[in-house]
Amino acid sequence: MQSFDLGKDGLRALNSALHALKGQTNMTAWEVINPKGAHAIAAGVDAPVDITVRGSTGYYCAGMNKQATIRIKGSAGPGVAENMMSGAVIVDGDASQYAGATGRGGLLVIKGNASSRCGISMKGIDIVVHGNIGHMSCFMAQSGNIVVLGNAGEALGDSLYEARIFVRGTVKSLGADCIEKEMRDEHLLILEDLLRRGEADAKAKPEEFRRYGSARKLYNFNIDNASAY
Amino acid sequence: MSDFPHTPPKFSWTFSPEANAEIRRAAASGIYDIRGGGSKRRLPHFDDLLFLGASISRYPLEGYREKCGTDVWLGTRFAKKPIHLDIPITIAGMSFGSLSGPAKEALGRGASAAGTSTTTGDGGMTEEERGHSKTLVYQYLPSRYGMNPDDLRRADAIELVVGQGAKPGGGGMLLGQKISDRVAMMRNLPKGIDQRSACRHPDWTGPDDMEIKIHELREITDWQIPIYVKIGGARPYYDTALSVKAGADVVVLDGMQGGTAATQDVFIEHVGQPTLACIPQAVKALQDLGMHRKVQLIVSGGIRNGADVAKALALGADAVSIGTAALIALGDNDPALEAEYRKLGTTAGAYDDWHEGRDPAGITTQDPELFNRFDPILGGRRLKNYLKVMTLEAQTIARACGKNHLHNLEPEDLCALTIEAAAMAGVPIAGTNWIPGRNGY
Repeated sequence: MQSFDLGKDGLRALNSALHALKGQTNMTAWEVINPKGAHAIAAGVDAPVDITVRGSTGYYCAGMNKQATIRIKGSAGPGVAENMMSGAVIVDGDASQYAGATGRGGLLVIKGNASSRCGISMKGIDIVVHGNIGHMSCFMAQSGNIVVLGNAGEALGDSLYEARIFVRGTVKSLGADCIEKEMRDEHLLILEDLLRRGEADAKAKPEEFRRYGSARKLYNFNIDNASAY
Repeated sequence: MSDFPHTPPKFSWTFSPEANAEIRRAAASGIYDIRGGGSKRRLPHFDDLLFLGASISRYPLEGYREKCGTDVWLGTRFAKKPIHLDIPITIAGMSFGSLSGPAKEALGRGASAAGTSTTTGDGGMTEEERGHSKTLVYQYLPSRYGMNPDDLRRADAIELVVGQGAKPGGGGMLLGQKISDRVAMMRNLPKGIDQRSACRHPDWTGPDDMEIKIHELREITDWQIPIYVKIGGARPYYDTALSVKAGADVVVLDGMQGGTAATQDVFIEHVGQPTLACIPQAVKALQDLGMHRKVQLIVSGGIRNGADVAKALALGADAVSIGTAALIALGDNDPALEAEYRKLGTTAGAYDDWHEGRDPAGITTQDPELFNRFDPILGGRRLKNYLKVMTLEAQTIARACGKNHLHNLEPEDLCALTIEAAAMAGVPIAGTNWIPGRNGY
């Protein structure tokens, strides 16, 4: 295991070393100590490595991640795993706003709660939240799946496109053009897989969830829908 | 009927035939008017400024003998690899989606041949544009369509887009007619839907967050390439100052004559400030912070010729950017296509329904039958010619003012024809030493 003291060597040296791993697979385990809420920790990694951050992180930890598995042994600040392409990010604690924003692939697991705008504009990422998610989550979400074991806040899935939303608990309100949809067998299979990969299969079963998606009424402008905008 | 003379028919200035026609159109269609381009109002503009030229107090440079430099460095503040361009005229961000693939290729060809940069848009980076652009600026927009770290790293600069002159405070719009299979795939959206781009970034709000976002982008790109911040002409003094504070290498300032692919006409014509009014405010912000020429300023919105370039630079810009003018150079609104414009219910020079995807010039369309009409090699050559002519024109003016580099032009070389232009530009009205708003007047 390669250990990196962020307090001593600084963020630039860390990210520079991690970016230098592109194309390599021989240094598979990294540990980052003393993160102290720094921003952009392990942003832009593009290698199949395991990185464990021992402590809480600031903004944009694991931003644009490709291939790497990044574990945060603490809570994550805003925009964790934003625009993730592939790989996995696992947050042991809570996540602040915009978790997984615009993510295009990979898996984001939040074992605590996620704040507002979780999964905003998501474009293919899978997100599993063991706790609750805040208001305006999945706003303009385009594709991918989000699984919430707890409750969802106000205006869930506002202006949603084709992302799938699974919530086990209550939904305070649905956003414009977001409706509850039938849970079919194919969705139960997706849920089963995501619960397993999201380390949540011992906490919940697929049948306990409800599915939400786009009513597709706002896909093309119609003046009679103006009150929805 | 009496024999007395009748009052001739009198149209209302307020309820003009044009205003009434729009009322009828809205009543019939139930939708606001959407169009491309920038403000069509008669606004105070560069036409309202004149250069003084050299005289006894200053002597000119010989037009065909003495050098007048045109190059510009962009991104010298933090980037390890700042951009060096031969000319201070860049190509503004225009998306693949709003423009066809061949049109993007032509922009790359023309700009590269003229020694300048092109810019992506709200649809990601295409191979056509990257492959043909020696210097390519990659826009980072609220929608993040197609955003990925590989394209970030193969860009020559990143432009963090906060606003656009045609619609400061507004997002983007690409109507279903232009969402082809390829556009839909690049944007990860269903084909044929009306695609909305958000007006705010999804993962930051406000100047303090923007600073952290810029820091993240620098970390991902290892501090190699410059980061521009593009702002619409809303509050240029504060927006420029906050961009500098957030760590921008370059501020791109777009006035309300700057174009858009598709936006509500009411937005284009009633929100934002003219380009002329924006420049001195942005320059003052840079000067107040001691950052003028350290953080470079690129100005866009209504640049048409070398005189406009020279005037923008004289007011303190480091470079300008063109969008609408570049499309016209490629062949947009060409009178040679008049018969086809008539079929669309318009006329050459006024065609602005770019969002409908039926552009007979093959530029603002995703219809293969139309875009295959457009020759990207010829288009690139036309753009190169136009950029070269603009540069020569700007040099002609600069030499006449006794300057051996375009960046040596200064406000003292200018006077204004109207009180409005004088007040906005901060230069005296012709024949006087009066600058409205200065010294208590």
